[in-house]
Amino acid sequence: MTDRPLTKNIDLARGALNLTDYEAAGGYAGARAIANGLEPSDVLERVKNSGLKGRGGAGFPTGLKWSFVPKSDDATIQRYLVVNADEMEPGTFKDRMLMEGDPHLLIEGMIIAAYTIQASRAFIFLRGEYFDAERSLAKAIAEARESGHLGRDIFGTGFDFDIVLHTSAGRYICGEETALLNALEGKRANPRAKPPFPQVSGLWGKPTIVNNVETLCNLPGILAHGVEWYKSLGSGGDFGTKLFGVSGRVKNPGCWELPFGVSIREVIEGYGGGMQEGFTLKAFLPGGGSTDFLTPAHLDTPLTYAAIGELGSRLATGTMILLDDKTCPIGMIGNLMKFFAHESCGFCTPCRDGLPWVDTIFRDLETGKGSFKDIDILKDHVEYLGPGRTFCALAPGATAPLGSGLTLFAEEFAAHVSGAKCPYH
Amino acid sequence: MQASMIASTATQARKLSTEEIKEIEHEMQLYPDKQAVGLEALKIVQKYQGWVSDESLLGISNFLDIPVSDLESVATFFNLVYRQPVGRNVILFCNSVSCWIMGCDKVKAQLSAHLGIDYGETTTDGEYTLIPVPCLGDCDKAPVMMVGEAMHRHLSVDTIASVLPLKNVRGDK
Repeated sequence: MTDRPLTKNIDLARGALNLTDYEAAGGYAGARAIANGLEPSDVLERVKNSGLKGRGGAGFPTGLKWSFVPKSDDATIQRYLVVNADEMEPGTFKDRMLMEGDPHLLIEGMIIAAYTIQASRAFIFLRGEYFDAERSLAKAIAEARESGHLGRDIFGTGFDFDIVLHTSAGRYICGEETALLNALEGKRANPRAKPPFPQVSGLWGKPTIVNNVETLCNLPGILAHGVEWYKSLGSGGDFGTKLFGVSGRVKNPGCWELPFGVSIREVIEGYGGGMQEGFTLKAFLPGGGSTDFLTPAHLDTPLTYAAIGELGSRLATGTMILLDDKTCPIGMIGNLMKFFAHESCGFCTPCRDGLPWVDTIFRDLETGKGSFKDIDILKDHVEYLGPGRTFCALAPGATAPLGSGLTLFAEEFAAHVSGAKCPYH
Repeated sequence: MQASMIASTATQARKLSTEEIKEIEHEMQLYPDKQAVGLEALKIVQKYQGWVSDESLLGISNFLDIPVSDLESVATFFNLVYRQPVGRNVILFCNSVSCWIMGCDKVKAQLSAHLGIDYGETTTDGEYTLIPVPCLGDCDKAPVMMVGEAMHRHLSVDTIASVLPLKNVRGDK
């Protein structure tokens, strides 16, 4: 049995496996396990026992999320599965690889999830810019439909299931699951109030589960090889494997499937090849643009949700962004603030007005027009835009690199004011 | 015609083409109501027209029988729906954090000098429009940009000019 269930079929130079080759490589065994008599409640139990957590960023237990869909034997109640494939977190490039590299794995995962919650229809909410993934998925969906893996009575289970591939048009907020549902309904993608949660009242008011691409790609392995096998992968309280990535000034930037519990050092220095000549590691964001900075002192930390959480940051997407000693930390944080300000949906005041203010201050700091008062205003915004102060998690996400950066790079912030310019220029 | 649309506005609406209608009707089979097709319809029209004019917006509103204000609120929300004319090729230049660390600002300056345009502008021959885009999700190959549907990776100041075939694009903004 493989120890790389997510990427064992992926060879980007060769291209994605077609349906025949995917099945020859053991594909759709998870879906066939359902056909061999697993009830939806059996699958739910297995996924719960596997300890699978959502890979979109929040790390919420997948089985628990599914269990919130109201139980009913009434097959006439429409339920929906929605795949969050709107990968847009700065520095994150993992779902792209799965969709371009092995689209049938995602489709098989969708079949398993949809069967469990008895959703006869699914939407893949794909980022509009991911044209290669769109072509790869469209081809795989057509193959699956032609072979009867999608459509009526799939795998002889009596369960009808089909997939709609929806391509978006570029807005980060659509990654927030309730904003995504509004976008799918053709509305402006503002997040919705919760409760009701989508599991109860989601897409067009129907029970809906929104899962990330990588999360769903874990399901075929769990059903094909079993919970014990899955739990034997990974350590430190998290199970299975995860796509971990590194970008920035390393010798070999990339994305690799590794077991939970691997150390940060092994990913950056081993797989990433360490820093390029002439550069040293100053700090890094462990899981995309919405996470708190960590430093080289944390390199021996195992990559698990708990261990990274204990350091005050988040594992989130698992794709690390490295800051080197030749790059201005204020410029890096300013770049992130510009992104968040641009991508705010504009619905709630702290986010809509606060982030552009923060962005403006960073521009002033960069051009030597910043003051110490400005730095205090930035500190205030870490609180004003923090968790509980805004409608959704976008602005709190922005405060992660901002708040941790203000502490970690206090001297650099001060130097931008006292020197009236960016010392890195 | 939509009852709520005043006559002068209705006459401004462009009649959608047969191809546009065919594709929009295909999308209508996939969703339970017409509003959900709004964004798809905007993208379909943009594919044929290059951008979404007021006339096109009204035409879609008419065809789907959804309020033009609702449609406009969607059209203006999304980065990739163009409510102004754009060039034949739109350059989506990634300016997010990993590309920034890898020097995308210098590459962008070189690209702007090469094409004679800044963000939001179109070359005088109508070939290229340059737009910044949030993280394109190809961060291990930074800096990157997308031209049309094609990704261009590992961009550098030295090679950026050779990526884009130039005809006679230089000139005033």
